[in-house]
Amino acid sequence: MSRLEFMQGNAACAEGALAAGCRFFGGYPITPSTEIAETMARRLPKVGGVFISMEDELASIAAVIGAAWTGTRAMTATSGPGFSLMMENIGYAAMTETPCVIVNIQRGGPSTGQPTRAAQGDMLQCRFGSHGDYSTIALTPNSVQEMFDLTVKAFNLADRFRVPTFLMSDEAVGHMRERVTIPDSVDIVPPAPLLEDSLPYEAGEDGIPGFAPFGSGRSVHVTGLTHDERGYPDTTDPEAHDRLVRRLVAKVESARHDIADYEVINPDAERVFVTYGPPSRTVAQVMRDHPDESVGHLRYRVVWPFDESALQEFPDAKVFLMPELNMGQMAREVQRHVDQPVVPISKIGGELHTPAELLQALEAHR
Amino acid sequence: MRHEVRFSGYGGQGIILSAVILGRAAALYDGKYAVQTQVYGPEARGGASMGQVVIDDAPILYPAVTDPGIYIIMSQQGFEKYGVAAREDAIMVLDTDLVRSRPVCRYHEIPATAEAKENLGREIVANIVMMGALVAITGVVSREAIERAVLDSVPKGTESLNTRALKRGFELGERA
Repeated sequence: MSRLEFMQGNAACAEGALAAGCRFFGGYPITPSTEIAETMARRLPKVGGVFISMEDELASIAAVIGAAWTGTRAMTATSGPGFSLMMENIGYAAMTETPCVIVNIQRGGPSTGQPTRAAQGDMLQCRFGSHGDYSTIALTPNSVQEMFDLTVKAFNLADRFRVPTFLMSDEAVGHMRERVTIPDSVDIVPPAPLLEDSLPYEAGEDGIPGFAPFGSGRSVHVTGLTHDERGYPDTTDPEAHDRLVRRLVAKVESARHDIADYEVINPDAERVFVTYGPPSRTVAQVMRDHPDESVGHLRYRVVWPFDESALQEFPDAKVFLMPELNMGQMAREVQRHVDQPVVPISKIGGELHTPAELLQALEAHR
Repeated sequence: MRHEVRFSGYGGQGIILSAVILGRAAALYDGKYAVQTQVYGPEARGGASMGQVVIDDAPILYPAVTDPGIYIIMSQQGFEKYGVAAREDAIMVLDTDLVRSRPVCRYHEIPATAEAKENLGREIVANIVMMGALVAITGVVSREAIERAVLDSVPKGTESLNTRALKRGFELGERA
């Protein structure tokens, strides 16, 4: 028996994490993500989990990485300023292949910006924010139900690929309340275990080594330094570094069609909206109110790794229109994959695009 | 049909809670769709507070309120900030003693705070009195649904007080 609730997006995210088996939260409260920490603080002790209010975001992500190495599903939640502080250790999580979930309820930036307003300004930061080459996974919910569903999915992807995985939401969805169906149980896919005859960082064709958390019986050396398949530092051999870092990137990027999650409406369309997160709802409203076969919609639920093949679902496209709550961050990514013009419909300041604004953009490209 | 409802007053009156209760009534007990949102800043108790609800028979795509047809206003500052631009065919329910201005649209005066303080004994249920009046005047959700949603949302031990406040709101709304 599932149950129906009228719930805030942030609360649904916490419920999704608990359903997915998350038993550790290390965090530092920040608007507009605080309700996630509040819900986890209330609920985790009752299910045998641990909530720690850390001294700052550097420590929060460090604690999450440590907890993940005990084999516990672990997460943190933050917003822009805290996300920036987490960047160094996010790179450490990528280098050490630590499965963990980082929720960013985006607000207006840069700096402390607009704490109580919605934005999508951290979409490149979640992909490129830490130094060096690596790859990550990022999901973008547009409803309270998806705050639940995609949080569950984020944990499964993090474990499967052994990679820090981001739920890139925003103040609008995080603080909105809607009806949500909470199922009794969800599918939980644990990480593949480290095989007895494998080295801790030895991977097969998929590039993902088996996971042997502390206490599982294997001795594993974990370091942010460039390491060999045994996990021991090897910081001067160009080949060791090349092999490791190319594998870290390839294990996610080569699986991008498999990780992909997107919706296609009107594939024969000439004018195609490309969205993720809340602007997708404004586009859907415009398309319901003004039915037009020449208008299509591609909505990404997984933004990183970016699946460029989704754009080929619109063979007749003459223009891609991209409403984003930033100054055209994902439009840059789309631009490098298509020959057609890509038009950013940028909105910052904290409010969603109105249907009238998007209709106007459509008219301008008739 | 899409209904957009806006609540405004000052922080501490339970304005946002009112919006949550209305959304809950529609989404869980009337079989409709509802999205509740709010606009807030760093202000705490005393500042202008605003919560909104969209209610529809069809799934709600665009979640924000752009042009409310129904207003519940519980402070003068709330009126000036969030109510003064109400369109002519909107309906406004306002707290008689807390709002000095009157809008150009149709409006109903409900002495909710006075009623809560003097006859119900607790000023804190003024928002529930307003909610009862709103439902009686507009029928935007059913009385059964709002009663269940109120009971879900109030602290244990205050159920009877809140039920009385809601019913008193129904009566005041019927007469308004």
